[in-house]
Amino acid sequence: MPSFVIDEKCDGCKGGDKTACMYICPNDLMVLDANAMKAYNQEPDACWECYSCVKICPQGAIEIRGYSDFVPLGGSVVPMRSSDSIMWTIKFRNGTLKRFKFPIRTTAEGAANAYEDARGKDLDSELLFNEEAEGYTLVTP
Amino acid sequence: MAIPNKPMGELPAVANPEIVEKEVDYLIVGGGMAACGTAFEMKKWAPDASILLVDKAAMERSGAVAQGLSAINTYLGDNDPADYVRMVRNDLMGVVREDLIYDLGRHVDDSIRLFEEWGLPIWKVKGDEGKSIKDGGQPVRTGKWQIMINGESYKCIVAEAAKKALGEENILERVFIVKLLLDANKENTIAGAVGFSTRENKVYVIKCKTMMVAAGGAVNVYRPRSTGEGKGRAWYPIWNSGSTYTMCMEVGAEMTMMENRFTPSRFKDGYGPVGAWFLLFKAKVSNGLGESYVGTDRANAELAKYEPYGSSAVTPTCLRNHLMLFEMKEGRGPIMMDTPTALANLAKDMDKKQMKHLEAEAWEDFLDMSVGQAGLWAGTNTEPEKKSSEIMPTEPYLLGSHSGCCGIWVSGPNEDWVPAEYKWGYNRMTTVNGLFTSGDGVGASGHKFSSGSHAEGRMAAKAMVRYVRDHADLAPALKQSAQELADIVYKPVKHYLEHAKYTTDVRVNPNYIKPDGLSMRLMKLTDEYGAGQTVYYMTSGALLKICLDGLKVLREDAEKMAAGDLHELMRAWEMYHRIWTAEMHVGHINYRQESRYPGFYYRSDHPTVDEENWKCFVNSKFNPETQELEFKKVELKQIIPA
Repeated sequence: MPSFVIDEKCDGCKGGDKTACMYICPNDLMVLDANAMKAYNQEPDACWECYSCVKICPQGAIEIRGYSDFVPLGGSVVPMRSSDSIMWTIKFRNGTLKRFKFPIRTTAEGAANAYEDARGKDLDSELLFNEEAEGYTLVTP
Repeated sequence: MAIPNKPMGELPAVANPEIVEKEVDYLIVGGGMAACGTAFEMKKWAPDASILLVDKAAMERSGAVAQGLSAINTYLGDNDPADYVRMVRNDLMGVVREDLIYDLGRHVDDSIRLFEEWGLPIWKVKGDEGKSIKDGGQPVRTGKWQIMINGESYKCIVAEAAKKALGEENILERVFIVKLLLDANKENTIAGAVGFSTRENKVYVIKCKTMMVAAGGAVNVYRPRSTGEGKGRAWYPIWNSGSTYTMCMEVGAEMTMMENRFTPSRFKDGYGPVGAWFLLFKAKVSNGLGESYVGTDRANAELAKYEPYGSSAVTPTCLRNHLMLFEMKEGRGPIMMDTPTALANLAKDMDKKQMKHLEAEAWEDFLDMSVGQAGLWAGTNTEPEKKSSEIMPTEPYLLGSHSGCCGIWVSGPNEDWVPAEYKWGYNRMTTVNGLFTSGDGVGASGHKFSSGSHAEGRMAAKAMVRYVRDHADLAPALKQSAQELADIVYKPVKHYLEHAKYTTDVRVNPNYIKPDGLSMRLMKLTDEYGAGQTVYYMTSGALLKICLDGLKVLREDAEKMAAGDLHELMRAWEMYHRIWTAEMHVGHINYRQESRYPGFYYRSDHPTVDEENWKCFVNSKFNPETQELEFKKVELKQIIPA
């Protein structure tokens, strides 16, 4: 189900050194045609349809068209992702519409506690630093 | 693959890239769940050390969890780690490293509690909503080991904590490590790695004292059922190219159980997950005659061929596949998941609002981790409450973290209860000094999934710090110069530039082969001779010989791969890693003269499970000096009683 870029909506992320879709694609598929200032998927048959580019595009310019091998035309699955939830709009080939909203995160973006200042004590035990801090007892068979 | 209006990539490669040399104490190769675990834990034990993490993609969405997940498949809670060992041992047909599995089982929940604290929404039972697991909240379980999550942003959250813990300045994204390097002075000791940027013409030569390699399993080693655009819809992430296995094998790390594979049964074509449908919604499957074939006399007779596993209380995954394949081969397909009946049964005691919630849960299962399946349902007008969906085993995948267990032979924890043969000082260290792995890299220890891979990466991080403390004299030195290494990495580019002008079409040239062409040749060979899906996963000694001979020639031709741009250079090295991974896999199947995993693969010349002769590990070792790959049997030690 390869991603495609809608010509009219893509602004090439305004000439930054990389576009949002280039930054995020796990398979290095999205590239910028610097002359046209438009992004495109350079290898559609290597697209996992993970939707990372669709979710991140600031212009909403990227969508997915079902794999030509087995998906009939006409349906679509479109996400709208915010900082705490995602809304999916699913359109069937026959026009049926479904909408679902799910939470994605309970904390603010950037708020994950990385315990930067925490230090482990006993390097020779098998306990992870957090298990050690919480007094976890290691079981054995 | 070149596309018609864009014969070249946007980032052409040059013959002589810039060379960047670095030296660190700790190098982490990979950015998925396991590598994020290592990154998160490392500084807690080595706050002043220099650490570098190198990811082929962007950590925010890299690895197997890039798309998200709808469940955490390994959560112990009140379960005994010994029972976790029993479950994994049974599912993987008896041959597993019980020390590694037990060890993982006692640490995995700590990572899950952290995920929840970081912001991952975990479903709770009625009455416990809003109460964290740490505070005693009970998660919604589907089966004994799995809990449900709202996991669209699972990887973003886990990567965020890892990046903060390590510091952005210690992370290199879009750099693909392609070869590991042994020390020039110390025998069998890791000293560094070499790779290249996929965004600029730059080669990185990195020296280190110790290294974590956690770069996932292997996908597109076998011909997939969909070979056009749909090739992308691999069940496991398509960017997993066997790098972990090949890179570690090449420096002499002993491998184990590389004959193991996973061919999951999934919704046909879209490869959406079936776990929630079976376990949460209690859906049943039937054959083309509408029969529920599981439990029939003929199905039980099939299972009886593979004792003692056939009659175990929970049928192992491969044998469940076997029953499905048996029906298909007898012409009793298609195998259908009866979603309408399952939902109707659940709806009996539900009001309208609860029904709507149930429908949302069913769709979320796909939307969180396999959106393409939702797209297939939309395109085929499939509403699960009205229409059943077909199920089918996929093409084979090689991995060590899901319901498969191929990988690298590593040390268990240095504790009294661990057999002497299973430990050599540092937990999760390979047989190469200073080289560690986790997640898909660790062999004979499946069923860790996302949470277990993260926990395992953390466990290994601590052992790595111990290794460096104990080896204060480490002074990594490389055998080759940075320029020599850069020439190796850029060989496909040089080869392309030397020959490309000979023909009028850069794609077709008698002097070279492009990675996409080589990919098709690999997949044809493995599929037809190495027990792929088109032959119902069947092979034999005679067929395996053809496969191995073909792979050897393929490896020779891989020396003539040509890459005109940086994206293609990435594909070239991925192909190199895939070919070696395939050779190990097929070589192991050839050496093990039985069919240990019926339903995943069969040998027609050794069609049964042979407990007397083959209830053991098969390990292999590539000798970097002689370039020979050797196989051996390794005794299995049972730690947890039946």
